[in-house]
Amino acid sequence: MLSGWGRLPRPGKEIFSEDLRALSRNAVLSRGLGRSYGDSALPPPGHLEVATTTMAERILAFDESTGVLRAEAGLSLRELNRIFLPRCWFPPVTPGTQFVTMGGMVAADVHGKNHHVDGTFGAHVKSLVLRVADGRIVECSPSSEAELFWATVGGMGLTGHILEVEFKMHPIPSPWIFEERLRLPDVDALVAALKDSAADWPFTVGWLDCLGGGRAILNRGRWAAKDEAPASTPKPLGQISVPFELPNWVLNRWSMRVFNALTYHARGNVKGLINPEAFFYPLDKLLHWNRIYGHRGFIQYQCVLPNAGGARAFLELLRKHRAAAFLCVIKDCAEQGQGLLSFPLPGISIALDLAVDENTQGIVDHLNEAVVADGGRIYLAKDAFTRAEHFEAMEPRLDAWKAVRQSWDPDLKIRSAQSVRVFGDPS
Amino acid sequence: MKVALLGGTKGIGRALGRLLSERGHSLCLLGRNLAELEASAQDMQVRAGEPRSVPIAACDLHHPDGFADALAAASDKLGGLDTVIVTAALFATQEELESNIALTRDLVTVNFANTVVFCEEARKRLLRAGGGTLCVVSSVAGERGRKPVIIYGASKAGLSAYLEGLDHKFRAAGLKTVCVKPGFVKTGMTAGMAPPPFAGEPEGVAQDILKGIERGTPVVYTPGIWRYVMLAIRNLPRFVMRRISF
Repeated sequence: MLSGWGRLPRPGKEIFSEDLRALSRNAVLSRGLGRSYGDSALPPPGHLEVATTTMAERILAFDESTGVLRAEAGLSLRELNRIFLPRCWFPPVTPGTQFVTMGGMVAADVHGKNHHVDGTFGAHVKSLVLRVADGRIVECSPSSEAELFWATVGGMGLTGHILEVEFKMHPIPSPWIFEERLRLPDVDALVAALKDSAADWPFTVGWLDCLGGGRAILNRGRWAAKDEAPASTPKPLGQISVPFELPNWVLNRWSMRVFNALTYHARGNVKGLINPEAFFYPLDKLLHWNRIYGHRGFIQYQCVLPNAGGARAFLELLRKHRAAAFLCVIKDCAEQGQGLLSFPLPGISIALDLAVDENTQGIVDHLNEAVVADGGRIYLAKDAFTRAEHFEAMEPRLDAWKAVRQSWDPDLKIRSAQSVRVFGDPS
Repeated sequence: MKVALLGGTKGIGRALGRLLSERGHSLCLLGRNLAELEASAQDMQVRAGEPRSVPIAACDLHHPDGFADALAAASDKLGGLDTVIVTAALFATQEELESNIALTRDLVTVNFANTVVFCEEARKRLLRAGGGTLCVVSSVAGERGRKPVIIYGASKAGLSAYLEGLDHKFRAAGLKTVCVKPGFVKTGMTAGMAPPPFAGEPEGVAQDILKGIERGTPVVYTPGIWRYVMLAIRNLPRFVMRRISF
């Protein structure tokens, strides 16, 4: 059995090799570190094996003068940061966990706390090497095979197996972050604060207590200047592991309330220097934290809404359906990327963790209807329940993406469980 | 150290090469596929940080005639050699070997005969230069005749016996021999197999090997727990070994 980060298992098996060219030859799908929440990295029904890239993790080139780095698709962000943070280089865009591969970052066209400044990861990718469905190895970039390139950025690995990724690292003034946290009364204040901070702060994110009346914390940061940072390099943070699956009842409305109250009071209104690992990846220090949700598994529902006012209405809808979201993260999104299925669009992104139960499909349907009505869209890397008709209604670029994919893979050889569910691929 | 590493493109060798270059040692990669060697050398160079080049030289364990030249090339590129490491070897499952006699001949020749010949060339070169370290990855599979690894295990048993003798004879002359016996390690070599308890990661194994080289440990079990697992296996009576499938 195999599952995404949300631990909803499907029949599946990972195959590994250091030789990605051989591994991808007849594979139905590639998989990285399995951090997509739903079924993006699970094989379609009728297939068992997915080609896991994590053993192909060499850095193939790095140019100190330009920051351009080329790596095999399985290189993890954690390893990249371990090597380059002490040398004052950082990836241009980072998601909320380091346990992702370069290939996965392209496939999901990940965004981060700096979306309002730097866009998605795809905007910084110079070139990709793919094994396309007919077996050829193709290099594509914004200037060569550009259609394939932009269908692959955010294309969930469905346009070809990503073998190599070349992108531009950012030079940073010091390997430390200066951060500020502010307690705020509600979601409207949070959204306003995110918009206000956008001009001066490259990294912004909001945490919201969905159960405790909507109190919030704004977290904003920037790279510390050389003269304000300590001379030392931040030490890699220790990790502890959730050793086994907790019973379903551990995480309930009441334990969540306690946790949120602790978070609000312990972590509000501070400012100072912080290890970038703690700033960008607060949950990475708890390995296997997905086991907290127990056997039932969980999903993260993430959508972006074009209207700043939409966030409040959205949270009210959540309350109406009595959906208990343990974690709620709100981000500011700017211009849409060029990737044909890239997730962010100008507005506010809302991400909610929800334990799975018999009502989950219904809740996701209601939320998706609201997203469609608002002109927003959902993030495929988090999705496990969206219906094809809802995704079509959200995604005006879908036909253009499907046309490019069809031209490179007319028989739809490369598929996932998600592509069967959301794009109507044959199973 | 000035290290020639045969087999640095994959698995344990890749992790060890990275560790050596990150620690500032000079490294020359030996192997048969030049494009792969070049890619791995680039990787190790970038990881090493400051501009240092990791040279490469062609060497194929199938062709003993090239061993002396390969070691000479490595020595020229590094300005001398004090450490030679072999992580390269062939692997196949017992089922594959039983049904393919050509594969059996190839595996036994490469893992035993040709590796010994390579080590002989390395021994002579290191002793001429006044000594050094010869570190070779054998396997716990060579500790006892076992049903799942009869042929592979036999090739490694022969290699381990050779390395022990070498260490006894030449340590006084300045040549330290380090025989590494990894248990199950999660690499491309074992990718199709279900990992048993105590399976190791290549990064941890590489650290154990480097520690063994620095201390001159004659036999390195890695992960360390395999020392005790194999102690038990070595002492199992024959009639028990015959019954179990391990």
